[in-house]
Amino acid sequence: MSVAVANAGRTDAEARDLFCFVLRLGDLSLVLGQRLGEWVGHSPALEEDLGLANIALDMIGQARLLLSYAGEIEGRGRAEDDIAFLREHGEYLNPILVEMPNGDFGQTIVRQVLIDAFQLEMFERMAASADQRLAAIAAKSVKEVRYHLRYSSGWLLRLGDGTAESHARVQSALENLWSYTVELFAEDDLDKAMADRGVAPRLSEVQAAWSQRIGEILAEATLDRPKDRPHSWHGKRGQHSEHLGYILTEMQHLQRTYPGARW
Amino acid sequence: MNAALLENDASMAANARAAQRVARAWAALALVEDPEIPAVSVVDLGLIRCVTARPDGVLEVGLSPTYVGCPATEVIRHFVTESLSAADIGSFVVTSVLSPAWSSDWISAEGRRKLLLYGIVPPEHSSTMRDGLRGDRPVGCPRCHSTDTERTSEFGSTPCKALHRCRACLEPFEYFKCI
Repeated sequence: MSVAVANAGRTDAEARDLFCFVLRLGDLSLVLGQRLGEWVGHSPALEEDLGLANIALDMIGQARLLLSYAGEIEGRGRAEDDIAFLREHGEYLNPILVEMPNGDFGQTIVRQVLIDAFQLEMFERMAASADQRLAAIAAKSVKEVRYHLRYSSGWLLRLGDGTAESHARVQSALENLWSYTVELFAEDDLDKAMADRGVAPRLSEVQAAWSQRIGEILAEATLDRPKDRPHSWHGKRGQHSEHLGYILTEMQHLQRTYPGARW
Repeated sequence: MNAALLENDASMAANARAAQRVARAWAALALVEDPEIPAVSVVDLGLIRCVTARPDGVLEVGLSPTYVGCPATEVIRHFVTESLSAADIGSFVVTSVLSPAWSSDWISAEGRRKLLLYGIVPPEHSSTMRDGLRGDRPVGCPRCHSTDTERTSEFGSTPCKALHRCRACLEPFEYFKCI
């Protein structure tokens, strides 16, 4: 990906790194927001329909702030909508976990707990980022993420420590999704550069806090923590599962069919 | 009168004009209702962060979103711009203020009173209290004031509200989330 204009005293290389890093965060929010939106009108109860739709809205809100910022860093005049709707499959930099299908309500909740806890630890630390814009976005978002985790972990406790059926379903979802969490914390050159520049926290530090928090939630929900197995997923580098293609097909349909359409 | 005094007079007059514009802007903003909760204004909700006369003569109005994904944010911005345009305050610009992040603590005493009258329980002070965040505190019923209430949903009809029910009078009610 090429970045035309360096800004705010950044070199071209620094601007390119920051652009990609902000896309990683923004695409995570965008894709998960789109996924959660699929529940609207299909949730098990009206309250859960409202809950998932509200979390989806917050995710889209995060994505808007982050993708707008990415567009400014890039300096080629792309606005949030251009970046959200007019990129190709391989240009999305979200981790694969967020593109995994919703499955049943339990699987959606498991995915949500894993991501909410990740965003919480990430944003709490990023509120002190050397990049003031990212610090402001993180400080704003973390308040909402805390509320998301309260909702998702509350459901995980009820399902995990509920009936034999609900327990078996969320335990199975946890086994299925666990390996995708590896990617969240797999530090590559970009993550390292961001931490070195004080833009983002060290992923090892985020992982330690996440791991402890998730461990507590799983224990309370009487769920077994799956074994860590080595995996290499590269959603953060634009190598995705087949699921993302279907998400984008639906999400981008309107802008692809009627370019420039506005509300 | 010497030149320095004249200059002083001129700058005092300019300051007075700026202060008038700022006052008129605040008055116009106080008329802008929240599109989802028309009982309160954007000023009551603490969404207006600053009204400043810039040296270049432009009046800057800083506006904060409540929730990052709140669909009302753009409608609010539109209404704010419309109200300011009609207020004879000269050139102005509405900027988005993200930091520090909006908190439900910034809802004014007047705003809290209006919310309660409207049937929405205002948020706990303060948003930094663990209890408020975890939702462990009883929320009093806005109708019968009983504290024997329960939360029925973490999320409500807008991003800023949760649903509760009073076990005493059996009425459902909304609670403005503490954030």
